[in-house]
Amino acid sequence: MKIGVLLKQTPDTETKIKIKPDGSGIDESDIKWVINPYDEYGVEEALRLKDAAGGGEVVVVTAGSKRAVDSMRQALAMGADRGIRIDTEGVSLDSYTTAVILSKAIQSENFEVLFAGKQAVDDDCVQVAQMTATALDWPCIWPAEHIELGADKKSVVVTRPVAGGIKEIMEMTLPGILCCDKGEHEPRYASLPGIMKAKSKPIAELKAADLLAGETPKVTWSGFRLPPERKAGKILKGEPEAVCAELVKLLREEAKVI
Amino acid sequence: MPQLNCTDFLNISELLSEEEIEVQRMARDFTEKEILPIITKHTRESTFPKELFPKMGALGFLGATLPQEYGCAGLNNVAYGLLMQELERGDSSMRSAASVQGGLVMYPIYAYGSEEQKKKWLPLLASGKKIGCFGLTEPDFGSNPAGMLSRAKKKNSHSTNSGWILNGTKMWITNGTIADVAVVWAKNEAGKINGFLVEKGMKGFSAPEMKGKFSLRASVTSELVLEEVEVPEENRLPKAEGLKAPLGCLSQARYGIAWGSLGLAMACYEAAVEYSKTRIQFDKPIGGFQLTQKKLAEMLTEITKGQLLALQLGRLKDAKKITPPQISMGKMNNCAIARKVSHVAREILGANGILDDYPVIRHMMNIESVYTYEGTHDIHTLILGEEITGIAAYK
Ligand SMILES: Cc1cc2nc3c(=O)[nH]c(=O)nc-3n(C[C@H](O)[C@H](O)[C@H](O)COP(=O)(O)OP(=O)(O)OC[C@H]3O[C@@H](n4cnc5c(N)ncnc54)[C@H](O)[C@@H]3O)c2cc1C
Repeated sequence: MKIGVLLKQTPDTETKIKIKPDGSGIDESDIKWVINPYDEYGVEEALRLKDAAGGGEVVVVTAGSKRAVDSMRQALAMGADRGIRIDTEGVSLDSYTTAVILSKAIQSENFEVLFAGKQAVDDDCVQVAQMTATALDWPCIWPAEHIELGADKKSVVVTRPVAGGIKEIMEMTLPGILCCDKGEHEPRYASLPGIMKAKSKPIAELKAADLLAGETPKVTWSGFRLPPERKAGKILKGEPEAVCAELVKLLREEAKVI
Repeated sequence: MPQLNCTDFLNISELLSEEEIEVQRMARDFTEKEILPIITKHTRESTFPKELFPKMGALGFLGATLPQEYGCAGLNNVAYGLLMQELERGDSSMRSAASVQGGLVMYPIYAYGSEEQKKKWLPLLASGKKIGCFGLTEPDFGSNPAGMLSRAKKKNSHSTNSGWILNGTKMWITNGTIADVAVVWAKNEAGKINGFLVEKGMKGFSAPEMKGKFSLRASVTSELVLEEVEVPEENRLPKAEGLKAPLGCLSQARYGIAWGSLGLAMACYEAAVEYSKTRIQFDKPIGGFQLTQKKLAEMLTEITKGQLLALQLGRLKDAKKITPPQISMGKMNNCAIARKVSHVAREILGANGILDDYPVIRHMMNIESVYTYEGTHDIHTLILGEEITGIAAYK
């Protein structure tokens, strides 16, 4: 089975985001870069699906700068077979143009299924996978929690959480895109032999500018600033009755919410 | 360029390959997710997390520098050192278990064993399906193993193929009680040290656990008792003769300790930095006082020097140019600084420094074992002394 994984490199979730002094963007100097955590679930599910299908190939597809190769190699060390990187150096992309270049890059690959994370933890736009599906005219399931290969190996059965703890179970004919949530399978560790092998696995390079073919972003960024700092809360101490009375009084008179 | 995910003040990341860095990051991830969540409980109850062993095996942690044809990862020595560092950041027990399995059990089978012994044991030990131990130390012979009393005599002195009868007692043997195979060192009738693979269940062989440790509590330490144990000739390591054979194994493990002890020091240093930034006394973080800053600055400096020492040892080892006194310097210095760092970190944490909610006291207790085993600090000092002067002072 030929499987693709859309993988983005994002700042570690513990990173303290800093804005450039002129407000033109994010200061990337102290950022620790990792595989977008939801994409790591995508890699795990892709590797499992390959096993379930009895073999095939898992290809990691990334739009990003040279820095992102580090994260792609991690996925190769986990067991993916090769990579395709669309070099984005010098181009500014929004969700739409990212979907344009991803869908163009994978058109000739004839993937039977594509995995993505349910969102990227940097901008949280939750758009690229869906727009890529639209560009390819493929179905897309968001978010996918549990994935099983259908008996005919031409479809997948996917569990999708909906509000209130209810699960939807869907069958999707392939090809299609699955946007992975944290499911029951923790992403595997790269094994030491896997790490040693990763370096010799190929990563093909394409240029974003070539794939864009004149398409331009729909979104422009006018400025960046951090949200205002929260004021410290107030802690009321004393007997429960007195504290409750005080709380109601403050909510009414100070916060003016009741 | 990828960066190490640990204390790296002088940016030694720049001196490392991408794979070496990836090994460190993966091992750290393993420690965070698999070791740290369970280690306090195992330390309290004084039990070894045996269930982690097959997991470590599946990832290639056991005998990681040995070749892939025997089911091992074939890592270079620097990547291996970084792996030891991260395991010991978790707990010295886990690093010890990996060191013993790889450096003291698999290595002698690889270096001194027959092809049949290698084929039989290495894949089983690499996968963590079988556990091994190394029996050199005896109740009356610690720093001076050459004086050992354990004896191996031929069952039939006229036949070269005859089996052996082993007698003796070993002490302080890591993983002894849970081991499937013990590499036991004993003198033959000519007084030469030989190595034997003594298997669990052999008649006359037992391995009672030693209780009451205040250090390395999450590791099993045992006595090995051998009373007229019959061991076939095929279980003797054919290429090991003389004290240099077990000392060759110790060189492997001591090298790993030069890195492991850094992991322990980093865990204590990082805990102390975090604590000193958040603990407020006299209306300011304790990290804002000059005395605390001096302590932190000295800790970081010692760790950084230790990293450079360990790294160059690794490069020398990979180039097959390393000497035993160089390894002694690494083991001696890095254990000594880790011991100091753990004490000072404990100081910085105040009363919390004695509580197992924080990792520091556990590491501080553990380093006492690491400082002593694999050649005590004093013995390594004297090895260096002999190297410098040409005069052996320890005998
Ligand atoms: C937790 C733990 C696990 C261990 N695991 C193993 C294992 O798996 N396999 C194994 O074979 N052994 C193991 N050991 C044993 C360890 O290697 C010995 O404890 C160590 O070699 C020191 O021997 P000793 O304890 O008998 O101390 P001794 O040799 O009695 O030394 C006592 C003190 O005297 C000093 N001293 C001794 N000789 C001299 C000298 N010539 N000059 C100056 N000072 C000297 C020492 O430095 C030390 O301070 C383990 C020990 C511990 C604590």
